[in-house]
Amino acid sequence: MKNKDIRMQAKGLNVSYGDKQALFDVNLEIAKNKVTALIGPSGCGKSTFLRCLNRMNDVVDSCKIDGIVQLDGFNIYKKKVDVVLLRQKIGMVFQKPNPFPKSIYENVAYGPKIHGLTNSREELDKLVKKSLNRAGLWEEVKDRLEDPGTSLSGGQQQRLCIARAIAVTPEVILMDEPCSALDPIATKIIEELIDDLKKKFTIVIITHSMQQAARVSDYTAFFHLGKIIESGETKQMFSNPRLKRTQDYIAGKFG
Amino acid sequence: MIKRTTKIAMKRAKKKKNPFKFKLGSSKKNQVHLARRHARERRFRVFGFSAIAASMIFLLVFFASIIADGYSAFTQAQLRIVVTFDQSLVEKGNYRKILQNSLKQQFPEAKGRKQRFMLYKLVSKGGVNSLRKLVDNNPQIIGETDQVWLPASSLIDMYVKGKTNNEVDESKRKIKDLQIKWLEELQANNSVRSVFNTAFFTNGDSREPEQAGILGSIMGSIFSIVVCMLISMSIGIGAAVYLEEFAPKNKLTDLIEVNINNLAAVPSIIFGLLALAIYLNFFGMPRSSSLVGGFALAMLVLPTIVIASRNALAAVPPSIRFAATALGATKVQVTLHHTIPYALPGILTGTILGVARALGETAPLLMIGMVAFVADVPTGILDPATSLPTQIYLWADSPELGFVEKTSACIIILLLILGIVNGTAAYIRKKFQYDW
Ligand SMILES: Nc1ncnc2c1ncn2[C@@H]1O[C@H](COP(=O)(O)OP(=O)(O)OP(=O)(O)O)[C@@H](O)[C@H]1O
Ligand SMILES: [Mg+2]
Repeated sequence: MKNKDIRMQAKGLNVSYGDKQALFDVNLEIAKNKVTALIGPSGCGKSTFLRCLNRMNDVVDSCKIDGIVQLDGFNIYKKKVDVVLLRQKIGMVFQKPNPFPKSIYENVAYGPKIHGLTNSREELDKLVKKSLNRAGLWEEVKDRLEDPGTSLSGGQQQRLCIARAIAVTPEVILMDEPCSALDPIATKIIEELIDDLKKKFTIVIITHSMQQAARVSDYTAFFHLGKIIESGETKQMFSNPRLKRTQDYIAGKFG
Repeated sequence: MIKRTTKIAMKRAKKKKNPFKFKLGSSKKNQVHLARRHARERRFRVFGFSAIAASMIFLLVFFASIIADGYSAFTQAQLRIVVTFDQSLVEKGNYRKILQNSLKQQFPEAKGRKQRFMLYKLVSKGGVNSLRKLVDNNPQIIGETDQVWLPASSLIDMYVKGKTNNEVDESKRKIKDLQIKWLEELQANNSVRSVFNTAFFTNGDSREPEQAGILGSIMGSIFSIVVCMLISMSIGIGAAVYLEEFAPKNKLTDLIEVNINNLAAVPSIIFGLLALAIYLNFFGMPRSSSLVGGFALAMLVLPTIVIASRNALAAVPPSIRFAATALGATKVQVTLHHTIPYALPGILTGTILGVARALGETAPLLMIGMVAFVADVPTGILDPATSLPTQIYLWADSPELGFVEKTSACIIILLLILGIVNGTAAYIRKKFQYDW
């Protein structure tokens, strides 16, 4: 991968919770405006790695992080980095939809408000509309923006969470199993959305579905027991994995 | 024993013609087992139902007896007396004499000091005030003679309400035959009536049962509850937010947590002693005042509020906090914009329940002197005051027959207020609490 195509990069990342080490010397490059999928059996450290990318692990008291994570060549674990700004640049969507129990509008407007991204109500309205549009939700909710976000269906809620994440104009969006609580139709909508979003954002997605990884991602990293076993282009990895273990996992022989 | 119930259960099962019996309980052993399970379930239900029924009956008896005792306090007997507003006496302000003269005129057969004294006792001492008010409002009446409705004394009031025992010998009862005769004369003239007892709601305490009211104690309760809420809510919610959201989880915070729980179990009289030692003896705050009462009650409900608020905060799912954090909100923003607002219904419910407890609390107020006789309705938090429960305590201790119904009436009012407060808490919980 050429240097200018790399948006984020982890170098020698070791993470432990208390005495228990969860990641061992992880190195990974995340390509700009591409979708990178993280796959691997449960408990192998995918979520841990993802949380390292926007420093959400800072909230976990027992978590110790050692190593370098770069965003555009700049180490985000440096002392003077402002996590508030960092998290504006790197958004996150969680496994279970977690809209605030506020109105749909407020859900999307909250991020821009706290970061002071807009100067007037009209600008904010526009940004909210744009974000909902991009998340493919505008048509469904434009007449009920004042309804609570929790009144939407699961799939709509997850798209609301995506709209909320992109409203703060991030560069990278991290998604931790965004479709695991959704039915196949809602999943399909979100997959199409991801395809669309990668034009503008860099996306890292965790998934347990090999088909989903194959469908949406350009690059894939296979985690096992806290290590990256294999990473590379999705097409090549799914058709012709270098290692036996990767092949077995993709084929569903363990997991 | 088990066998017997089993047999009964099996009989019942047969009666019901359970269509699944043959499928499920194919073997005899299975059938017995199933029947036993059903029997156990039925026994459990019967037990639960009887427990509820027992407590309902208890509650019903309790309310019925209090209402039966207390409802009569909401009415008051009045007597129609022909009063002559003598000019010179009005100028001297001697309304008592006016009243006495008028009574004498109406019942000239009262001879001698003793009988006259009995005669004067028909009308409440508050009747003098009624006359004064009448003249103040309507000065033309001076010099005239008019019929005036005056409150009866407690003695007559009790007799009219049928609360006195008239069977016993005259020497053993307070109301004398002569007074009864006079009263019957008045009744024959349609000069006795029963009206709504406004004095009960507009007066402070009094030595005379017919003049005693609850306004003073209600104001005292309001003042001390306001003080209590201001202190306990600000400190309690602050402490809860800090402990739940910001404090590191270590030995020290564990210790604090355990001690807060212990504090909630401390008998309330001990808080009264503490308040006595600190606020009255050390800081020299005014004794019997609602300010000190509020402080004492605040100490009492503080642990309740802390615990309830912490529970409400803890009930906000972590995923909401993560969502806000991942958007770039700072810890304080997450807490102020999300955690506290979403926990607020729970916090308020807990606080209101704490306040309801403070409203009914008596022991700590006894210690700081909010149980004195206070005739004036307090106008500020520094005035000496009583509260509703201490008023009940005071009246329950009074020997006069008239205070019995007042005590029960005061209990009715207190229960009503507590009911409203608890109802508000339930409403807030139902209406505003988030279901995650
Ligand atoms: N907050 C935490 N405190 C302690 N240990 C944790 C914490 N979060 C994760 N771990 C541990 O770190 C290891 C990796 O967990 P992680 O959640 O990253 O796995 P995962 O690959 O996301 O699994 P899954 O696919 O089930 O989500 C696990 O052994 C887990 O027990
Ligand atoms: Mg995970």
